[in-house]
Amino acid sequence: MGLKQNLHNIREKYKGTKMAPAFNALHTFLYTPNDTTHGGTHIKAADDLKRTMNTVIMALIPCLIFGMFNAGYQHYLAVGEIEAVTSGFFSSEFWTLQNFTLGFWKILPILLISYGVGLGIEFLFAVIKGHEVEEGYLVTGMLVPLIVPIDIPLWMLVVAVAFGVVIGKEVFGGTGMNILNPALTIRAFLFFAYPTWMSGDKVWVEGATERAKEIIAGSNADAISGETILGGLAQSHPIDYSVADMFFGFIPGSIGETSTLLILLGGLFLIFTKIGSWRIMLSSVIGALVMGYIFNLVVAAGWITETSNFYGLMNTEFWHHLLIGGMAFGIVYMATDPVTASQTNKGKWIYGFLIGFISIMIRVFNPAYPEGVMLAILLMNVFAPTIDHYVVQGNVKRRLKRGKLKTA
Amino acid sequence: MSKDIKIKKGLDIKLVGEAEKATENAVISNFYSIRPEDFHTIIPKLVAKEGTHVKAGETLFYNKDNEAMKFVSPVSGEITEIQRGPRRRIDAIKITADKAQTFLDHGKFDLASDAEKTKAHLLATGCWAFIKQRPYDVVAKADSTPKAIFVSGYASAPLAADLDYTLAGKEAELQAAVDALSKFTDGGFHISVGASSNSPLASLQNVTIHKVSGPHPSGNVGTLINKVSPVNKGETVWTVNAQDLVIIGELLLTGQFNAERIVALAGSSVKKPRYFKTKIGSEISTMVYDNGVERDGDDRFISGNVLSGKRVQPDGHLDYYSNIISVIPEGNDYELFGWNKPVFDKVSNTRALTFSWLTPNKKYELNANMNGEHRNFVLTGNYEQVFPLDIYPMQILKSCLYKDLDEMEALGMYEVAPEDFALTEFVCVSKQPHQQIIRAGLDLMLEEIG
Repeated sequence: MGLKQNLHNIREKYKGTKMAPAFNALHTFLYTPNDTTHGGTHIKAADDLKRTMNTVIMALIPCLIFGMFNAGYQHYLAVGEIEAVTSGFFSSEFWTLQNFTLGFWKILPILLISYGVGLGIEFLFAVIKGHEVEEGYLVTGMLVPLIVPIDIPLWMLVVAVAFGVVIGKEVFGGTGMNILNPALTIRAFLFFAYPTWMSGDKVWVEGATERAKEIIAGSNADAISGETILGGLAQSHPIDYSVADMFFGFIPGSIGETSTLLILLGGLFLIFTKIGSWRIMLSSVIGALVMGYIFNLVVAAGWITETSNFYGLMNTEFWHHLLIGGMAFGIVYMATDPVTASQTNKGKWIYGFLIGFISIMIRVFNPAYPEGVMLAILLMNVFAPTIDHYVVQGNVKRRLKRGKLKTA
Repeated sequence: MSKDIKIKKGLDIKLVGEAEKATENAVISNFYSIRPEDFHTIIPKLVAKEGTHVKAGETLFYNKDNEAMKFVSPVSGEITEIQRGPRRRIDAIKITADKAQTFLDHGKFDLASDAEKTKAHLLATGCWAFIKQRPYDVVAKADSTPKAIFVSGYASAPLAADLDYTLAGKEAELQAAVDALSKFTDGGFHISVGASSNSPLASLQNVTIHKVSGPHPSGNVGTLINKVSPVNKGETVWTVNAQDLVIIGELLLTGQFNAERIVALAGSSVKKPRYFKTKIGSEISTMVYDNGVERDGDDRFISGNVLSGKRVQPDGHLDYYSNIISVIPEGNDYELFGWNKPVFDKVSNTRALTFSWLTPNKKYELNANMNGEHRNFVLTGNYEQVFPLDIYPMQILKSCLYKDLDEMEALGMYEVAPEDFALTEFVCVSKQPHQQIIRAGLDLMLEEIG
């Protein structure tokens, strides 16, 4: 009982001081507090916000580990040291220690910076404002490494995380008060501030940028192409990845977004645990399929021909859109953020559908930056309160009507 | 006439320590205590001064806003102490009971009397205190005309006293009370009973019986109102606890205010949970310690159920409206990695490494620990799973927090009572005090709109 008692004594000592939130954050990480109910219900359900956030992190871990293997795989494949996968998800070419080691040492700093900077700011604000350190960043800090390119310079990440946490969240009052998804705010900041590091065909595979520089400097090595499928389609380049590659995730892309299979499993886990909203996930998928199908019909009708800039992406089989780019990752882990999504069940259907719909639209009509899901979610984050307003008004109107019927 | 109400949204919290169906006479309490705070918003004007002797049914105080509305003593005895709080607020009136009880005789009431006469009688005898109204969930205003009256005869809350059992044999009293109260409304007298119950309420005349089924809060009177005839702006409904109908009925039939009540003693800290015959305001220590609650144990004593009852001290008293005393462990201890390890011994409506969904019939030993810390509202959609009313729970809670009266009204504040938000409070991962928020919101509306 030594540790528990000692920590309890320190907690009592710091109670009411400025440092209390910082200590409590560490203390509650170890021990659920001894606080009991006062007024209201005398018993409480087992879940707290830490457990909720922890569940989302658990759903993200497979994507992170896959991302580490994939970082190595894409690099060694590009430099020609290994062969492409041949035998499905458990291909031996992919799950090698060599791949993992490269990815691990590349991604670990990104992860540490994401958590270090983000949580540092959270602690600072908690101490200044005198509120407890909130758990929202536990998930944001895990999302950030998964949605950036592998070659992102670390100083950019520091700047972006600081911006995202302060402007995206803390100025509104912390977790639960923010309007925009903090992780996407961070990514959007990176994208608009440093577009050359967030798009194009060089940043997605480890070493591609460096090699390009060497070539300019006179080296006669082969260039590494790290074009994503979306980038390729937007330029109407031929794509030499199979549907299985896209589904399993053996493709270049942001660190954690490539494996649709693992994202699907993560999504099912979130739905099963009742932490993620199945309404948003399902309606987003429907929205994306509908928009994709409309574009397919446009091509079939002959309105858009191969000479058009939009042909490559419009002609993509409508359900392939779910497998490429960040679509699946965005739907499962970003759109479902309860704070920034619609809060009413009916609103969630509309919100999700529009995310899917607009994502594909942006993809097709913005060849310079074909990843539409980030912008679509941020856009719908802004509109979510409006959607909720109209959904709630339905209930309000029903109540008013009921009252009038009675008095009439 | 019978209509069925089926509830799907809700949560049955099954706890260890349900009262066994055996009734004992509680040790007769020497001291009784009436706390004016039980009658929310009523400012008491004291009649019985310290040292005076009262009979059972004699006025202790009246409502400052309405002199006719009396609040009476549950026993005969001497007023030994008036406990006062800040600004001379009356906290409690302590009565030392006589060995031999004497009743103030109001005389047998003529049930054929008109509404005005009935009202005057109920106000004067202290029975009005049992009639509560919505909006605001307070003691009914004497000049209000209810569009309908609602009584829940089905207790679905955790460990709740089984009303079929506690009301058995009281048909005559119940009928008398129903007949008297029915005079005040032409909208009907609605009573809910369990779908498979043999409640004495089901055989009453001139009432509408609703058979309810489904998880808690199917037995809450608020659920019944919402499904039958929700309160609109400008309307009032009355609610009465089923066991209080018995006291009203007995007064009408015999002229005596008999505060006797069958009370369940339940909870995992009680070794012999069972029913007791006792009186309003009696000391809970007369029941709990003889039945297995450890004298030096660290327990939470609750006058009422574990979801919306009042916390009382071990030397505290049964409040004016409750028919259950719950005793559960306090649980004021730290838990190592309580936030991420799998949980098998607590109830949850998620499956986030919580496994109560695997064992729906298991009875749990929950304590009063918060299981976490207070946070801003974050998660959405989980309140709706346990909230059967046609109201948006999170939106109405937020409107109470930012005190937007128009929005509170539009979202349905006239329809709700704090207890309707007990389950949303239970499942809240942000550990927000929903019932307190709603109570504060109702108080604000009462003050601003009236």
